[in-house]
Amino acid sequence: MRILKTALFVSTLGVLVACGGRGGSGDRTIIQNKGSDTLVNVAQAWAEEYAKKNKDVAVAVTGGGSGTGIAALINGTVDIANASRKMKQKEIDLAKSRGIEPKEWVVGFDALAVYIHKNNPKTKYTIKELANIYGEGGPTEAWSDLAIEVPGCQSGKIVRISRQNNSGTYAYFRKTVLGKNDFKLGSNDLHGSKDVVDAVEKTPCAIGYSGLAYATDHVGVAEVAKDANSPYVKPTVQSAVDGTYPIARPLLMYTNGEPTGAVKVYLDWILSAEGQAIIKKKGYAPVR
Amino acid sequence: MNAQPPSTLPDLDRRTFAWFVDKGMQVLMFVGGISAIVFIIGIFVFITREALPFITGTMDFGEFFTSPRWRPTSENNPTYGALALIVGTASVTGLAMLVAVPFSLGAAIYIAEFATGRKREILKVLVEMLAAIPSVVWGFIGLSIMNPLIIETFDVPIGLNIFNAGVILGLMAAPIMTTIAEDALKAVPDTYREAAEAMGATRWQIVWRVVLPAARNGLVAAVLLGVGRGFGETMAVLMASGHAINLPEGIFDSVRALTATIAAELGETVQGSDHYRALFTLGVLLFIVTFVINLTADLVVRGIRKK
Repeated sequence: MRILKTALFVSTLGVLVACGGRGGSGDRTIIQNKGSDTLVNVAQAWAEEYAKKNKDVAVAVTGGGSGTGIAALINGTVDIANASRKMKQKEIDLAKSRGIEPKEWVVGFDALAVYIHKNNPKTKYTIKELANIYGEGGPTEAWSDLAIEVPGCQSGKIVRISRQNNSGTYAYFRKTVLGKNDFKLGSNDLHGSKDVVDAVEKTPCAIGYSGLAYATDHVGVAEVAKDANSPYVKPTVQSAVDGTYPIARPLLMYTNGEPTGAVKVYLDWILSAEGQAIIKKKGYAPVR
Repeated sequence: MNAQPPSTLPDLDRRTFAWFVDKGMQVLMFVGGISAIVFIIGIFVFITREALPFITGTMDFGEFFTSPRWRPTSENNPTYGALALIVGTASVTGLAMLVAVPFSLGAAIYIAEFATGRKREILKVLVEMLAAIPSVVWGFIGLSIMNPLIIETFDVPIGLNIFNAGVILGLMAAPIMTTIAEDALKAVPDTYREAAEAMGATRWQIVWRVVLPAARNGLVAAVLLGVGRGFGETMAVLMASGHAINLPEGIFDSVRALTATIAAELGETVQGSDHYRALFTLGVLLFIVTFVINLTADLVVRGIRKK
């Protein structure tokens, strides 16, 4: 154990020295960017593209989860924290007590689409209906409970496709659709956004949820309404941006106060047409 | 004797180069020999240490073994019932053995006793190639080929279920079982066969009455190795079983295996949290079960040998 720790320590030192050397010699500004795993791919794409245009600024992107990024911001070790959820009041208070003023930037949106089989005639769902299908104690177990007959689904049983219980998507769907309730047991908890869409595509009885970015022509995407009195909205980049689609979440970046210098230039670039084209290419909704 | 001067005494020291090589090799072999024990104890200590705070703290033994409610990230009331996971692993492994045992024993008997020359060499190579297919590829076959096929053929709501995972796992375990079983059959001395033939026995009578009973130890070992393979397999089961917390009522229900649960959830848990420790507790359980299977195998083989 001790040998392992020493080895780790030495290698960390080595990395630190290497970084320091590079920063000192070339006068490169390094922006530290850490947080959400949902955002990490986009953040990486931004950093790479930005590095091509701007030789004297390097953006170091790390994942670890929204909580990790926010904690690092509070500790003052990052310039920009990525988050797929808003900071909790407790975290804001803690930051302020340390002299950090978190400033929130919405850099994109992630629409959570409800997927159904291509042949499924029911393409419109209210949040309540989804909660009845997915939530603990929800009465909907078969498509016939919704007065629906799905071609190719002889048994009529609804196959609920879900995500593993520590995914951010799982947590967000639970919060938005089920409220304080838990998921019904017995759902197929797949490991990955793409797996969900693949499974729904091949299973006539299935319903599933996943990022809109994973939609294909071989699978149905449902329209969702906030409640029975609201209109059904198709998840699109547009409806995620204007907030009419009820299960879309903003993707956020946090800085300490009003950013200055290189950080400000970088954020402005992310929010520019060029930066937003990249997030759109990665399958998320841009802010403009 | 008396004429020999004392100066020749150093010659009695036989520590030549060869002697040192011999000693060195002895030590090396000893380290190699006990390393398995060291590793196994080390692994057990490590996973138990990670699991212990949960086992002695939050864990409710009754709930863990009798409740199917595995809900470690619930915000209202996290529950840690592993029954559905245990049943899931057991049912998939059970079906896999039903598939693999006849196939692999049949293949082993054919290769060892009936096939000859080129045919036999080709078969052996093909069986070994089957063993080389990575488990994630098997899982992929389960996910994208077997799934729609099962839905269409059996009119069931989902094709990711015990049947799918069991068949995939059976096919995965079969090549290894075949190879070991074939070795066991080959180890039966030819004199047995010749003696039986001299008594006028047919080919089948020789196999059934003479060779199989003589090779029983090896065959039991082959089957138990297959069981161990099934119990520990992760990736293919994760992909083909449907990964649903469910007490199955038939072979077309989705289930979730112990290994798959650890694989799917451990990567994103907070270190030191109850969820993290609960997953290590599943690891301890898996370890103990595999240990008991291997021990039983050993005892069975020894018991047979004594007769």
